[in-house]
Amino acid sequence: MLLLAVGAYAIAAARRPDGGRQVYGIALFVCIVLLALALGHLLAGRAPTTLTLPLGLPWLGAHFRLDALAAFFLIVVNLGGAVASLFALGYGQHERAPERVLPFFPAFLAGMNLVLLADDAFTFLVAWEFMSLSSWALVMAHHQDPANARAGYLYLVMACFGTLALLLAFGLLAGPDGGYDFATIRAGTTSPGFAALVLMLALLGAGSKAGLVPLHVWLPLAHPAAPSHVSALMSGVMTKVAIYGFIRIVFDLLGEPVVWWWGGVVLALGGITAMLGVLYALMQHDLKRLLAYHTVENIGIIFIGLGLALAFQANQMYASAALALTAALFHVLNHSLFKSLLFLGTGAVLTATGERDMEKLGGLIHPMPWTALAFLIGAAAISALPPLNGFVSEWLTFQAILISPELPQWLLKFLVPAVGALLALSAALAAACFVKAFGITFLGRPRSPAAATARETDRYSLTAMFVLAGLCLLAGILPGLVVDGLAPVVGLLNGSARLIPQHHQPWLTLVPVVDVKSTYNGLLVMLFMALSGFGAAWLIHRLASDKVRHSPAWDCGFPEANPAFQYTAGSFAQPIRRVFGSIVFQARERVTMPPPGDSRPARFKVELHDPVWERGYAPIADAVVALSSRFNYLQYLTIRRYLSLVFGALVVLLLGMVLWR
Amino acid sequence: MALIVGYLVQGCQMLLILLLAPLLTGWVRTLKARLLRRRGPSVLQPYRDLFKLLRKEVVLADSASWLFRVAPYLIFAALWVAAALVPTFAGGLLFSWTADLIAIVALLGTARFFLALAGLDVGTSFGGIGSSREMMIASLAEPAMLMMVFTLSLLAGTTELSSVARFMLTADVGLRVSLALALLALVMVAIAENARIPVDNPATHLELTMVHEAMVLEYSGRHLALIELSASLKLLLYLSLLGCIFAPWGMATAGAGPAAYLGGAVIYVAKLAFGGVLLALFETSIAKMRVFRVDQFLGAALMLGLLGALLLFVSRSL
Repeated sequence: MLLLAVGAYAIAAARRPDGGRQVYGIALFVCIVLLALALGHLLAGRAPTTLTLPLGLPWLGAHFRLDALAAFFLIVVNLGGAVASLFALGYGQHERAPERVLPFFPAFLAGMNLVLLADDAFTFLVAWEFMSLSSWALVMAHHQDPANARAGYLYLVMACFGTLALLLAFGLLAGPDGGYDFATIRAGTTSPGFAALVLMLALLGAGSKAGLVPLHVWLPLAHPAAPSHVSALMSGVMTKVAIYGFIRIVFDLLGEPVVWWWGGVVLALGGITAMLGVLYALMQHDLKRLLAYHTVENIGIIFIGLGLALAFQANQMYASAALALTAALFHVLNHSLFKSLLFLGTGAVLTATGERDMEKLGGLIHPMPWTALAFLIGAAAISALPPLNGFVSEWLTFQAILISPELPQWLLKFLVPAVGALLALSAALAAACFVKAFGITFLGRPRSPAAATARETDRYSLTAMFVLAGLCLLAGILPGLVVDGLAPVVGLLNGSARLIPQHHQPWLTLVPVVDVKSTYNGLLVMLFMALSGFGAAWLIHRLASDKVRHSPAWDCGFPEANPAFQYTAGSFAQPIRRVFGSIVFQARERVTMPPPGDSRPARFKVELHDPVWERGYAPIADAVVALSSRFNYLQYLTIRRYLSLVFGALVVLLLGMVLWR
Repeated sequence: MALIVGYLVQGCQMLLILLLAPLLTGWVRTLKARLLRRRGPSVLQPYRDLFKLLRKEVVLADSASWLFRVAPYLIFAALWVAAALVPTFAGGLLFSWTADLIAIVALLGTARFFLALAGLDVGTSFGGIGSSREMMIASLAEPAMLMMVFTLSLLAGTTELSSVARFMLTADVGLRVSLALALLALVMVAIAENARIPVDNPATHLELTMVHEAMVLEYSGRHLALIELSASLKLLLYLSLLGCIFAPWGMATAGAGPAAYLGGAVIYVAKLAFGGVLLALFETSIAKMRVFRVDQFLGAALMLGLLGALLLFVSRSL
């Protein structure tokens, strides 16, 4: 299994080959091999395999283990990696500074794979940090742009913070004896107080990488700064590795004694993250940043599922927990599919026009019909529209919410419907956001010369996008097979309770609980829609009329020659900004109208405040600056004072030791 | 043999709703005209309009893309499938388990998504205004509807409509606060989603307050016919939904035989007619509200739905 790292490292070592194609080609090959291996492992239901290498800490070695959970996430990572490599075969040609991207791309992939395979805390943390740093290097690929440099800095700070939290979590898990390999941790028990602390640290560590609100601030800056295929990997795949970290620590390593309020905390955080993520996204006009905020939203949905599972497990309701876990894991897969697809589509738009700002795009469906189709499928999938895959996982999450009145705790009884409402709101707002994203970018008339002269992207990129679009459709119409594939993972995390096998069901219907409960059949919905749609088209063209006359747009008799008269992204979002944004973002609109006779143009200005940044981060940053400037004089002391400081510190430490003993 | 009959009955239901939808629209229009002391067109006028539109050529804007031409068929397909999945004259039909109420709500979402995109496609400001407002309305109406679904499902233990209808017929439902709240929420959502009067005006043209009509302004010919038919289907869907959940009496059971089916159909048409009367009365007695009042109207629906669900989370007897 270690072939992967060796292969990827070898590519990384082979700096600057005669072209990016070679690197991406090898990365594609390695990812496909790993994907096949992981798929084989998961579907055959093999027992976990382990491997110990004499690397790392001398008394510990480096432990690796492949179980069902790791195999599932390996599939997610390597599928995303393979498609991103395929896309980069074409897209990488346009890279301005390939030597800043090529070495780090395979390293990033290797880092993510190693995190999933690691079986001791040391290897895990080293791989985690490796993944963070290589992705940081990719974010900084175009570091001349000050915005990118700022994003990189913020990312680095948050990544260090996250790793620190994880380090402490593993320290607590290992206990005073320092049993850092996962098998020892699993066998040991943690006292309830420490376990709660570990949960909080895991939330901070993995949550900051995944983008849980309020730890999400770096994500919408850093993900768009990288080249698009890397953005796809960071948003679609790296956030999933963070989720893997959370699941591994909380569900696997912490083990059984789960307290009910853990689920409540995770659930509430998930609901807030989902809602705020989509509201932020609606306010964005930068296509990549909009997608990055949607990642925040989807992470929230995944955490809702995980929180429900924790709450059910705490009450020994393992059948319900299986449903919630299945929903969360299904959404992990789905999000990796459609978010990668959407970022790749944005990459294609970026190559064709050089623009990420939606206000300067428009009408791209005419020159780029295939990219538009793929992006449309991704947009419909992320908006949870049947018969695509995003709907299935949201449907499963809703079903899990609907069986939760059985929970005995009152707080959860109130929390769960509220989170359900947040989930429903965020799903509806996501649809609005993607009407905006697709409609303003691809539909209408071009708003800039760059958009008017765009050309369709290359074959490699299109193939990559359509592979993902096809998978979105397949997972949507055959959800039962995916659920069956997830069953070993769910069983592993859930005391071997899992959903009933789905592939025996007639017409491959999805039956999550029992027969009298709710069912959904994506295949039949798809078939019925295709039949009625094509049937109607055929009948009408055959029997009624198939004539078309082209003419200028009607527009109630006032056709507008200037494309600037069209609705823009800002104007599209205006009603929603007024309804939701006036509370959350304190959105204010100001119109400055010149007096009559004055020929200056009227100005319209929208003011938005980011509550998380202004209330949470800005005070912390100010405090750090104030504190460090207070202690700044320590830099200019004489040697005598330094020596006395060192002596004083030593005395205090020794005293502390003596008193503690 | 039973399978073939099952297919036949399912097919009959699909055809029935397709044929009844324009009639319902015509019925409401005639009633509204009478209430305003006008004679109004015949009840059959929507059929005539549809046939005329179907035979006309399509005038396509130069800036329209393939999506603009595909969207009417997609919208029609999604709405027809959604409407066909709501039990009408009989419950427990052959494919009734294909999609539950959540999936039906989501299918409505699919139709809305493509309609809003079609509004943006030609690149005019009217289309944009319609799409943007439609999505704002939907962003509140859809969660309100889902909250109503939550309430029902907590009571009935399922989100599948035939089972919900069967449950609502049993004696242990009784009068419940949560159901009353859910009914109110569903009615409010139905009014907003069908672009009826306090939210939008189906009869208006050339007004800045219009939502639905602004989106479909560029459509003509057979495309417009499909859009109009889809709008009628949506109205029928919501009335059937109200009937099937809150007045499930007289619905035939699966495999009951032709006589029972016929009886169920008669009662179903009567329910629709009654719903149409109520809608016409309501629409003529109320004025249209400003666009930025709609969010309060729908916010109230959302809160009612949430309240209903919360009550049930607290106690199953409320």
